[in-house]
Amino acid sequence: MAENNRAVLQLKEKFAASIINVVEFRGEVTVTVKKDAIIEILSFLKQSLQYNLLTDLTAVDYLGRKEERFMLVYLLYSIPNKDRLRIKTPVAEADCSIPSATQVWRTANWLEREVFDLFGITFENHPDLRRILMKDDWVGHPLRKDYPLQGPDREPYKGRLS
Amino acid sequence: MGVDNPLGENIITTSLDALVNWSRKSSIWPMTFGLACCAIEMMATGASHNDLDRFGIIFRASPRQSDCIIIAGTVTKKMLPVIMTVYEQMPEPKWVIAMGACACSGGVFDTYSVVQGIDEALPVDVYIPGCPPRPEALLFGLMKLQDKIMKDKNSFGSAIGLGERIETVAA
Repeated sequence: MAENNRAVLQLKEKFAASIINVVEFRGEVTVTVKKDAIIEILSFLKQSLQYNLLTDLTAVDYLGRKEERFMLVYLLYSIPNKDRLRIKTPVAEADCSIPSATQVWRTANWLEREVFDLFGITFENHPDLRRILMKDDWVGHPLRKDYPLQGPDREPYKGRLS
Repeated sequence: MGVDNPLGENIITTSLDALVNWSRKSSIWPMTFGLACCAIEMMATGASHNDLDRFGIIFRASPRQSDCIIIAGTVTKKMLPVIMTVYEQMPEPKWVIAMGACACSGGVFDTYSVVQGIDEALPVDVYIPGCPPRPEALLFGLMKLQDKIMKDKNSFGSAIGLGERIETVAA
């Protein structure tokens, strides 16, 4: 159960004020934390709890469904302990930036560039924050829910006979 | 007696167009260039079962040695400049085959990142429908291209400064 998870126990002890909630679904533990403490929490998880592999770093756009529009998701794996942990943190559209995790895991470099490219979330202190998938001169961030599917320069699709 | 018929029965008279077009259509060398799943069918067409070699079609790994490019797959906007560069590096005369639904029209990928048909950027000679087209379809497309090449008028003459090239109408 989530309450007995080794990471959750330690996080609740050390970062009680920063934890928003803890959820377990089909054996997957997700800890939602506040953005301010994200680097301390991630560093603690890597250094003290051996979550030494950042499997993936991505974002979700909750446009119109949540007060804080974006949710950043860190998928962690501990190679020595063979267990996984998911850390989530909300990012508001008004303050669309978060400290970079490159200082914790170097693999975060390209993953954060992808999130920057497709969602437009900036990462503070990132060593090389450029677009990675779209062309350099691209305007907009395609994975945002308000980005038109067929691109901004085309009439949107309205069904087969449009 | 005199010298008559010194070359025996080895002379064939023909027009320059017929000779040039015949040699061109019998040695279409396509660029080795695949973009998506259509490229797998293209490889299958080149392999022994369908055997493109019997048409003189030999895939070349350099655009400088190619005279045909088969756009085999989805063309993304990021890939388009690369395709344009490869196409521009090919020497004249050169032909373009749009293979499959994506290359013809964008296919199912009606999205911001995909070019809605390679004919937005390159002059396409043959469109092959299918998703992906079977090797037989690609073979048929290449044969259509051969037919088109045979209909070419004065393309060699215009290249050496003799008259104008007469554009062929689609078959």
